[in-house]
Amino acid sequence: MKRWTAIAVLLTAITAMAWAAGAGEQEDGPETLVVGQIAEPNALDPHTVTAVNDFRILVNLYDGLVRFQDGSLAVEPALATDWEISDDGTVYTFELRQGVTFHDGTPFNAEAVKFNFDRMLDESHPYYDTGPFPLSFYFSAIQETRVVDEYTVQLILGEPFAPLMSNLAYPTGLLVSPTAVETHGAEFGRNPVGTGAFQFVEWQSNTNVTVEANENYWDGPVGVEQVIFRPITDANTRVTEMLSGGLDLMVEVPPDSVQVFEQRDEFTVYEQAGPHLWFLILNLREGPFTSKAMRQAVNYAIDKEGLVENVLQGTATVADSPIPPAFDWAYNEDLDPYPYDPARAQELIEEAGYDGEELVFYVTEGGSGMLDPVPMGTAIQADLEAVGIDVSIETYEWNTFLGRVNPGLEGKADMAQMAWMTNDPDTLPFLALRTAAWPEEGGFNSGYYSNPEVDELLAQARRSTDQSERARLYREVQEIVYDDAPWVFVANWQQNAVAVSDLQNFSLQPSFLLKLAPVSLD
Amino acid sequence: MYRYILKRLILVIPVLLGISVIVFLIMAMLPGDAAQAILGSFATPENLARVRSDLGLDEPLVTRYVIWLGNMLQGDFGRSYTLQRPVLDEVLDRLGPTLLLAGTSLVLASIMGMLAGIIAAMKQFGWQDALFTFIVLIGISTPSFWLGLMFVLLFSLNLGWFPVSGMTAVIGGGGVFDVLRHLALPAVTLAVVATGVIARLTRSTMLEVLRKDFVRSARAKGLPERTVIMKHAYKNALVNIIPVLGIQAGFVIGGAVYIETVFQWPGIGRMLVNAILTRDVLLVQGGVVVVAAIYVLINLTADVFQHFLDPRISV
Repeated sequence: MKRWTAIAVLLTAITAMAWAAGAGEQEDGPETLVVGQIAEPNALDPHTVTAVNDFRILVNLYDGLVRFQDGSLAVEPALATDWEISDDGTVYTFELRQGVTFHDGTPFNAEAVKFNFDRMLDESHPYYDTGPFPLSFYFSAIQETRVVDEYTVQLILGEPFAPLMSNLAYPTGLLVSPTAVETHGAEFGRNPVGTGAFQFVEWQSNTNVTVEANENYWDGPVGVEQVIFRPITDANTRVTEMLSGGLDLMVEVPPDSVQVFEQRDEFTVYEQAGPHLWFLILNLREGPFTSKAMRQAVNYAIDKEGLVENVLQGTATVADSPIPPAFDWAYNEDLDPYPYDPARAQELIEEAGYDGEELVFYVTEGGSGMLDPVPMGTAIQADLEAVGIDVSIETYEWNTFLGRVNPGLEGKADMAQMAWMTNDPDTLPFLALRTAAWPEEGGFNSGYYSNPEVDELLAQARRSTDQSERARLYREVQEIVYDDAPWVFVANWQQNAVAVSDLQNFSLQPSFLLKLAPVSLD
Repeated sequence: MYRYILKRLILVIPVLLGISVIVFLIMAMLPGDAAQAILGSFATPENLARVRSDLGLDEPLVTRYVIWLGNMLQGDFGRSYTLQRPVLDEVLDRLGPTLLLAGTSLVLASIMGMLAGIIAAMKQFGWQDALFTFIVLIGISTPSFWLGLMFVLLFSLNLGWFPVSGMTAVIGGGGVFDVLRHLALPAVTLAVVATGVIARLTRSTMLEVLRKDFVRSARAKGLPERTVIMKHAYKNALVNIIPVLGIQAGFVIGGAVYIETVFQWPGIGRMLVNAILTRDVLLVQGGVVVVAAIYVLINLTADVFQHFLDPRISV
């Protein structure tokens, strides 16, 4: 057995050495911020991706013509210093910032802007190939991008489209270097070049994306020298990495773990409401929910306060309408959520003449913005049971779920969970509440809600280029939809993040994006 | 010997073809396709049809299979739509870490498992036997992802001995020792189940061999017990243990899927999980085919080795 003893000693020695070698690591080299992401990015090309997870990196590499103001969803200048909208709302003229270059030295000018929009929208453009891209509809109103002079560019629209400015501020509107696209072709998504606060260094699959400060950034000095984004898909692992010091900042903290960080001085927890809505689609074409009284009844019957406090542990607030409060300029302050009132619900159920028929409720196992759908689904089932509505749950994996819900609920279900995150108050109602957005028309109105008044108000709001006029119209939409109750309005998610207490100047944005330029480490 | 290897190699071809058909069919049968996953909430019937035709998903099943197989035989595994890079590049990038993790686990499991098995067999019904049998049973019954989390809690978070996740330190990492430090916890976690299986098998095989006549003769000759065990009994038992090691290699590679997720190991298991969730069909198919090929090759090696140890064993 002596040999085994020797091997054991050797193994122990190697382990100890390895451990010591690691423990001796010191942080020389550039000052680095390590950010825990929820997944590997798909690509770092803003014109091909749709996930917030990717956007959180992209907004630090690129700039758009405009951007969201700090702490708001209102738009402010970025690479465009000024703009003018023609009276008929179809010509947008932008004055561009001068003296800006992309990280590869390519000058930023009107030609570069044209290249970007043509790449997304002009099928005859040599670099049109951005793949199957669902967000292209953000800019589909643009018919032509016209270069007026070196620093003036015009976007010509086929019809007025008021959400254009917020869409330009969204990551889809970030501008890429034309030279880099020409050089890298299909590989551009792994070799990103923009004008942003940070420039790309390396991307190791499933390990890290590293970026370094852009010393020539047009918007002032950048706070840290280097940022490393680490994809950590498992929420528990992300939490342990944060606790053990492997991360300086992590997003999307699981509700169960928020308290752990709140109790420790070395961490700071951030919360921020965002433009998110979690709701139930009701089937208005057949079954009990053809009756408005019945739809209002379920809005009363579900204890949303309880869901938000107990299931989501305070990481969301109760929703009251199709437009989340994060759109401060368009949100209707006069509305209050349907209160939890089982007695009122029962009255309405009686009024509706509900015959006790079992309702089919589509629940997903999890998906983008869906929070904690299974426990939320069962809690809702229990609340409805309590007022005498018999609910049978059918659970589907996310992609399967979307494949069943998006074509419409007719013949399949009476209610379904859904969640949306948008960047303009127009988007969700326009895509999911108009008569012309019924699934058979190519929209997302899977519950077949139809109210000509709402249709007209939304159309007017799209044509108007005056923000206060738009706000008035959206407030009216909210009141009507609130009363018609085609959905059960459940929750507005508050995104959260945890950072080490040394982190300075950090704040979460209502857009759910991650602005790291001003952030520094003490 | 060479004829044996050649025969076995020829048999590998239908196995791999079968695997390619099965993985292709499974991916084709999954509800919700790549178009659905790309479009997510934006999937209207109209959008779906457009993206499906972009991706060639509207072709008949057989045509798609033949095109895929044909390209693959020419070394073109296609392009991952989520990662926007060639499937083969991604798979090869991920293969190294997985083989390192699975290989280390298998070596650990083999050493510990055989050692425990031999000792238990030598001291049948003794306290060592009872102890090892108990530990092994716990090892086999513990879900590895849970065990991984517990190891992280204890050794990384409370004791601070090992890093929580990843394969190298993000800042200034990459040396041999850095990788070893990161490797320790996932490799041990992954080895636990395989150790149990190998220990049990070694114990029963050794017990069987120890009862054979030649062992009695060896003992009667007055050989020291150590020589009897190691030279006579163990070498004969090995013939039965080797193929099980080959099978365990498969389980270890399969188990890597959980372990890589828990420890954020940048290997092929985690890649496959993500690819399945995003319906990245080509990436799943390419990844599975490569993993299956490796599994088949490991088993082939084990069989050849067994044949070498005991030439009576043939195809």
